[in-house]
Amino acid sequence: MVCLPLDAGAHKFRHMADRRLREFGCEQNLLSRPDGSASFVQGDTTVVVGIYGPAEVKVSKESYDRATLEVILKPKVGLPGVAERSREQFIRETCEAALLTALHPRTSIVLILQVIHDDGSLLSCCLNSACMAAMDAGLNMRCLFCGVTCAIDLDGNIILDPTAKQEKESRAVLTFAIDSVERQVMMSSTKGAFTTAEFHQSIAICQKAAESIFQFYRDSVGRRYSKS
Amino acid sequence: MQVWWNVTCESLLRCPRHSELLVKLNRLLERCFRNSKCIDTESLCVVSGEKVWQIRVDLHLLNHDGNIMDAASIAAITALCHFRRPDVSVIGEEVTVYSVDERDPVPLCIHHMPICVSFSFFQQGTFLLVDPNEREEKVMDGLLVIAMNKHREICTIQSSGGIMLLKEQVLRCSQIAGVKVTEITELIQKALENDKKIRKEGGKFGFAESLPNQRITAFKIEGAPVNTSEVEETVEEITHNTVPPTEIVPSPILWASGTAQIGEGVLNTWEVEEPHESEEADDKSMEEEEEVSTTPRHERKETVILSDSEEEEVIILNPDKTEKKFQKQASNLHEDTASGSRKKKKKKPSQLVK
Repeated sequence: MVCLPLDAGAHKFRHMADRRLREFGCEQNLLSRPDGSASFVQGDTTVVVGIYGPAEVKVSKESYDRATLEVILKPKVGLPGVAERSREQFIRETCEAALLTALHPRTSIVLILQVIHDDGSLLSCCLNSACMAAMDAGLNMRCLFCGVTCAIDLDGNIILDPTAKQEKESRAVLTFAIDSVERQVMMSSTKGAFTTAEFHQSIAICQKAAESIFQFYRDSVGRRYSKS
Repeated sequence: MQVWWNVTCESLLRCPRHSELLVKLNRLLERCFRNSKCIDTESLCVVSGEKVWQIRVDLHLLNHDGNIMDAASIAAITALCHFRRPDVSVIGEEVTVYSVDERDPVPLCIHHMPICVSFSFFQQGTFLLVDPNEREEKVMDGLLVIAMNKHREICTIQSSGGIMLLKEQVLRCSQIAGVKVTEITELIQKALENDKKIRKEGGKFGFAESLPNQRITAFKIEGAPVNTSEVEETVEEITHNTVPPTEIVPSPILWASGTAQIGEGVLNTWEVEEPHESEEADDKSMEEEEEVSTTPRHERKETVILSDSEEEEVIILNPDKTEKKFQKQASNLHEDTASGSRKKKKKKPSQLVK
């Protein structure tokens, strides 16, 4: 993360009150083998997740007091590389914080994500689908989490939920994982150069956007389990 | 042409036995597509003898509920029919590859569409099941896979499991396969037509669109506007009012030219105690603590620990002068050196403070 010195007095960010999140879609329980599965669609970006657990774990990987969480992210084409590994780590850290792994010692929870299509904000789509899959599997969680991406373009405007084209043209891309209880930031992943003020602005904007995402979670789960 | 498998299904990821299954499937698919010459490989040539297009099919197995073969063959052939490769022009020796924006990409030349149909046999051929699911596969005696195209030509046939089949049984299976393949080919054609039409009209296409909205487990909403204006103002206020925490940076101490120290080292918490010296150790450690309070900045507790040595030394190499021993501190204290070291400790700081 490169922080440029704060230019006091200069308001570089225009107030874009009409920021939009792209179209959202989610389907739960679409795969029969995993304990929980979900597919999450943000615009054109689609990720399918299967979650297995708590299940048996190899003795070398077992942990005496908590469940071992493994995350595997498969790209659309080719073998997983360094970028996938780094995303796996982000997702893993967030899930470790949210899932109550201490309730299942000496077991393993495996999360397998498959990228179907990447049209921008891939990491936040992965986080959202991981949370929905964990809900579908019925794993105990301390809080729900969601991922929001925003991009800062060359003029200093903050774009919410950018497409791949917008991400390419921007000077910084920031992804935050936000928890549902207190809207705090659980994980942040940034790429590019930006000022501390822009960083704070992005966090605030993402926290606001997270509210709509949590409402979406509520609505989709409500639709599934309601009797009407 | 290459077929590449990518397993998302966790149970298959783990089992080493299943990798054998994947190899078998891979081989069958390759035979089915490559040997049946469904794709015109000659049209993939760019400069004969030098450049050629290579096609790679990546198959992602999302869920294994039986009969991966059929699903894989349908997916692969549909993907190949749907695929468009970049246009290429060869003028003499020069080869120009046009990007997607410059010229419309060109579809592959596909002669026919081979589709696999699997049959599982139970009880020495008495019972036959088409399209077995996972549980049925686990208990079956043998498997027969027939790859056929809609012209009723058999492209590949494979029998595994070691069951003996009668001629009539195989013929019957091929008839069933013929019927199935015609249905499936129609379905694929319809889907491809649909996609072509939507792309021409400029509508939305892709996997995202195929999310079924009628199902109770699926939910879709339109893009949601997020009103962020008040939030931005509050953030500006907060950032204006907060003062960044003052950082405490200890000032560096220059020991010799090229050697400086920032901060203090950590106290040595390793205690190597021997029973007969424990009393003396206590006394000595108390004395050390006193010294710590008097000359806090000039003591470094430990850095270099030699393997079996009982002394810890900090030696600062001075580039101009010869080696100077700065401090000696005994961990297992010997009486002789203890007093000497104490004296040295008291002397050294005064010498160095210039």
